[in-house]
Order: sequence, then C-alpha cells, then structure tokens
Amino acid sequence: MTIDILYFAWVRERIGLPRETVETAAPTVAALVDELRAREERYAAAFADLSALRVALDQDMAGFDAPLAGVREVAFFPPMTGG
Amino acid sequence: MAVRVQAEAFDHGAEVAAFGQGGRDTGAVVTFLGIVRDDSGRMTAMEIEHYPGMTERALQAIEAEARARWDLTDCLILHRHGRLAPGEPIMMVATGSRHRAAAFAAAEFLMDYLKSRAPFWKKEIGDDGAAWVAARDEDEAALSRWQPKG
Repeated sequence: MTIDILYFAWVRERIGLPRETVETAAPTVAALVDELRAREERYAAAFADLSALRVALDQDMAGFDAPLAGVREVAFFPPMTGG
Repeated sequence: MAVRVQAEAFDHGAEVAAFGQGGRDTGAVVTFLGIVRDDSGRMTAMEIEHYPGMTERALQAIEAEARARWDLTDCLILHRHGRLAPGEPIMMVATGSRHRAAAFAAAEFLMDYLKSRAPFWKKEIGDDGAAWVAARDEDEAALSRWQPKG
C-alpha cells in the first residue's frame, strides 16, 4: 500500500525532509518504524526513542501498535507545545 | 463559534469587542491572551510550526468537548503560526456564557487541552542558536483534572 509520511519539528529536521511517500506492507505503525529505521542512520536516530515521539494516523492521534490498514497519512512528531 | 489558525497578527482588543455580539444571552466573557515570552533574554524570534489540517481538526474537537461540558453562548480559539517576535500575541481564547463560572472553567479547559493536544511546536531562535521547546510534564498533568473521576 502507498502511505504518505509526514515529519514535524525536530523529527523533520533530523530526517531532513517534511514528507515522503512510501510503499509498505507494514501491518502496524511499529512495523513501519522498523522499516524506516533500517533505511539509514538519520532515520534510526530520529526513531531511537519512541517515548519521545507521538504518531497520528489520518490526522487522529494513535499508538505505535495501531494497525495501518486503510491509512493514507502517517505523521510523526514530538509532544506538542501549543498555547 | 470559531477556530482560526493563521500566520497574520490579530488585534486582541477588536476580537474581544466583537466577541459575543449578536446575542442577548451572554452575561460573562472570559478571555486569555498568550504572548511570546523571552526567558533567556537572548531570544530574537519564536518559530511556530503546525500540522495544517490536523490543527484545525484538533482545535474543533477541543472546542466541541468544551461546548459539551459547559453551556457556552460563544467560543473562540485563535492561534498563530510562523515567525513571531518576543512580546507579540501568539494565541487567544474567549468563552461566553450566561454566568461566569462556565466561561472561566471552559477557558481553562481550552488552554489546558490546546497546550498538549493541538499539533503546534515552538522553536526559540536566538543569537546563539535555536532550540525546540520541550513539552512540560506539568502541562500533561494539568489534563488529569478534567478526566472523569472514578
């Protein structure tokens, strides 16, 4: 399946791009993260500590164990600091 | 009822003056204004990144939750993004209700939730470099007081 991946804040800076489109068969967010980590050092660095990251699936907050079936857009970012 | 996410500056006074107009049932208005603060004394700008699309969805969901909890006659959430200077208004909320208790409580609820549940990220730019603002444990803890007691 084809999925758009978005990165924000220091995750975007560490990986070096704001978004990309990937082909993946990963069943869950965690499995997608494993695929990304295996790509290059900058991905491994960005995803080194998942407790420092949050994930949204199609613009709704989700957990790393969430399934990816039917999802079009995955976003990774640090805890939010609005207000 | 409105959620606005914008790069442009806003006129807090004009927003407050316009708020709650058109209805006769508003007896209380509470507003909060957030301003870019320079703790270090060396900050030249604050860069606010957000997630277009999700930001509006998240703020609308937070507003809907506030309206479900309190009987509000009006509600406004306005948040800027982009590059701001110290001292500039960054965001505001306004709540209107018949009596003040609901307006005060809803304004606090909106602030607590949009601090850590709306996809904004702040970066402090200084003469000696830039750093992302870390989320504070207190902000996360502040949400617990709104959870149902059980």
